[in-house]
Amino acid sequence: MEAAGESLRDTELRLGLPGTDAPEKPASTVTRGGKRALPEDDEEGYGKSNKSSSSEEQGEGDLCCQEPPAAKAQVVGWPPIRSYRKNSLHARKAEGEAAGLYVKVSMDGAPYLRKIDLKVYKGYKELREALDDMFKCFSLGEFPRKEGCSGSEYAITYEDKDGDLMLVGDVPWEMFISSCRRLRIMKGSEATGLGSRH
Amino acid sequence: MTYFPEEVVEHIVDFLGSHGDRNAVSTVCKAWYQVDRLSRRSVFVGNCYAIRPERVVTRFPEMKSLTVKGKPHFADFNLVPYDWGGFAQPWIEAVARGCPGLEELRLKRMVVTDDDLELLARSFPNFKSLVLVSCEGFSSDGLAAIATYCRGLRELDLQENEVEDHGRQWLSCFPDSCTSLVSLNFACLKGEVNASALERLVARCPNLRSLKLNHSISVESLNKILARAPHLVDLGTGSFTIDNRSETYRRLINSFFKCKSLRSLSGFWDASPFCLQAVYPVCTNLTVLNLSYAPAIQSADLTKLIGLCFKLQKLWVLDCIGDKGLAVVASTCKELQELRVFPSDIYGAGITAVTEEGLVAISSGCPKLNSLLYFCYQMTNSALTTVAKNCPHFTRFRLCILEPEKPDPVTNQPLDEGFGAIVRSCKNLRRLSVSGLLTDQVFLYIGMYAERLEMLSIAFAGDSDKGMVYVLNGCKNLRKLEIRDCPFGDAALLKDVAKYETMRSLWMSSCDVTLGGCKALAAKMPRLNVEIINENDGTCESKENLSDLHKVEKMYFYRTVAGPRNDAPDFVWTL
Repeated sequence: MEAAGESLRDTELRLGLPGTDAPEKPASTVTRGGKRALPEDDEEGYGKSNKSSSSEEQGEGDLCCQEPPAAKAQVVGWPPIRSYRKNSLHARKAEGEAAGLYVKVSMDGAPYLRKIDLKVYKGYKELREALDDMFKCFSLGEFPRKEGCSGSEYAITYEDKDGDLMLVGDVPWEMFISSCRRLRIMKGSEATGLGSRH
Repeated sequence: MTYFPEEVVEHIVDFLGSHGDRNAVSTVCKAWYQVDRLSRRSVFVGNCYAIRPERVVTRFPEMKSLTVKGKPHFADFNLVPYDWGGFAQPWIEAVARGCPGLEELRLKRMVVTDDDLELLARSFPNFKSLVLVSCEGFSSDGLAAIATYCRGLRELDLQENEVEDHGRQWLSCFPDSCTSLVSLNFACLKGEVNASALERLVARCPNLRSLKLNHSISVESLNKILARAPHLVDLGTGSFTIDNRSETYRRLINSFFKCKSLRSLSGFWDASPFCLQAVYPVCTNLTVLNLSYAPAIQSADLTKLIGLCFKLQKLWVLDCIGDKGLAVVASTCKELQELRVFPSDIYGAGITAVTEEGLVAISSGCPKLNSLLYFCYQMTNSALTTVAKNCPHFTRFRLCILEPEKPDPVTNQPLDEGFGAIVRSCKNLRRLSVSGLLTDQVFLYIGMYAERLEMLSIAFAGDSDKGMVYVLNGCKNLRKLEIRDCPFGDAALLKDVAKYETMRSLWMSSCDVTLGGCKALAAKMPRLNVEIINENDGTCESKENLSDLHKVEKMYFYRTVAGPRNDAPDFVWTL
């Protein structure tokens, strides 16, 4: 058993709760030297600025690990951008999320499946990290970091729109997310039949 | 001067365009006051609480166009609570009673309800133009009333309003007999709009010159619309996402080829990079381009587009254009007069999108630049000095360094000298917003040199009361002053109270002004409404219980002849 490896991974710092995606924005408050502490930005913004500053958005902040110092403090009404514009940019993001590309993810041996939104990730690296996060309680070894999975416990595969089982990582990311129907994390022993195509 | 018969005076006065000039004329003598009031067609009320609507209506019975502004500017940034005020209702009611010949109404930062819009639609048979900017409180139902009852409507211009979508197909309410539209802007609407009703409307309005769509209008629809309205001068696209190998895309390029009159483009909601190419045919004639709602387009594609727009006068972009992109703007757009660069990633971790370099490039390439709004991560004194030298014609200069109190990163000094250079060089500066690390010194410069300054916005700046006093002593033409998070207190506030009657308004939030100071001000100046906005109801303190030493979170005062207003909510105390 890889008990040592497991406990090492447990101590690894990550942003976000296990199994969740990385948070979209930092939620920190910085007190300026000499001036009063600045209230956190009211996410609900336009039309509801009466609310006090703590909201469900800020709850994430407690669970997050330390924010990088470069993260900006959020001040009410700063930067001075019209609510309309702020909401537009937000809405654009939200719309993108709503029209997400949700696919099921199964892992051999795990009792239940997960679902993830492929649109949230920028590339394969992020996807692997997220899957790592999600399934580490079940996994016993390292996830493959590169294409081809020689020597690893698991391989990440997917079922494409033709119904074929494919190895994740061969095609450009954009092409992948448009053709991926579901993901399957296979035990390495089963996956050797696939190998690298190149 | 009284030798001239009234008709002659009226004729002369008619040539005066600006409100300020006409106001001056009306103060000369009673006769001229009468001439002005009976011949004034266009009335501007900068603060809806400065005067009662009835008085305006009585004074100017022949009014054809009315402009009214409501909430203070900082309401744009959520600093003013939702129900603070600025209601359009009393204005529309008064004008409906007194000036039924009204043709044009322009409202900014006001609360407009559906009932207001219905009253408006039914009360003015000659109504031609409705412009609502940054307003709220109405829905698609109100728009339906406008569409239904305003015969002969020429302009419906909705800019950045918060409009509720009640699902009502308001656009379908324009009757078949409506053929008079010249300008239609519904870009800010969130809901669906009946595309075929829109296409039919466009088809029957031969004078349509300005059309701004919301994101619910597809490219297919846009194609049909452009086919019907090839004489459009100003277009705001709807959704702009298409597969560039599709038939729709080819048709779009074709449509744009035919739009020989197009001079202004905006919209581009969700635009993806290759879609922009469809617009290339019109670039060489564009004078206005607004890409500030297209975050998906990165610098390379932006610059390919802008590189063709050598007649551009006004450009609004996101900061993903980068310094390099701004250099392309500088080398292409020699006619540029107005530039706005908005931040695309407000919550990001300080990615350097645009810096002082981009601004310097623009200033050296675009000598006609007179209006700037620039969000950036850093600025240097040296850059500002160069900009001041290159562009002495600024009338509006707004610089927002995203991190409050950030010094010059090269010298670690405050930006006093940089802004000082701007005010010294730009003799016609009317509007200024400062940011970054600033001491009282910058305000000394502003007071000394910014003689034409009318509006000043200050945040996280200054060391002491002296800063504010420099400004109030110096800027003779100051009309609006808005301050947040600065160490200015009662001493500055009360130094020269007579000054405040020469100004429209003053806003101070998160400063060091106390309740006692505000009370003293209110006592000395009966013709100011001094409002304290007290939102933190947790303490349930009434103003009797609060000590005079209590620091006021938000104070807004304005000159008025209307006395304290009667529509103030509980959390607003008029002292």
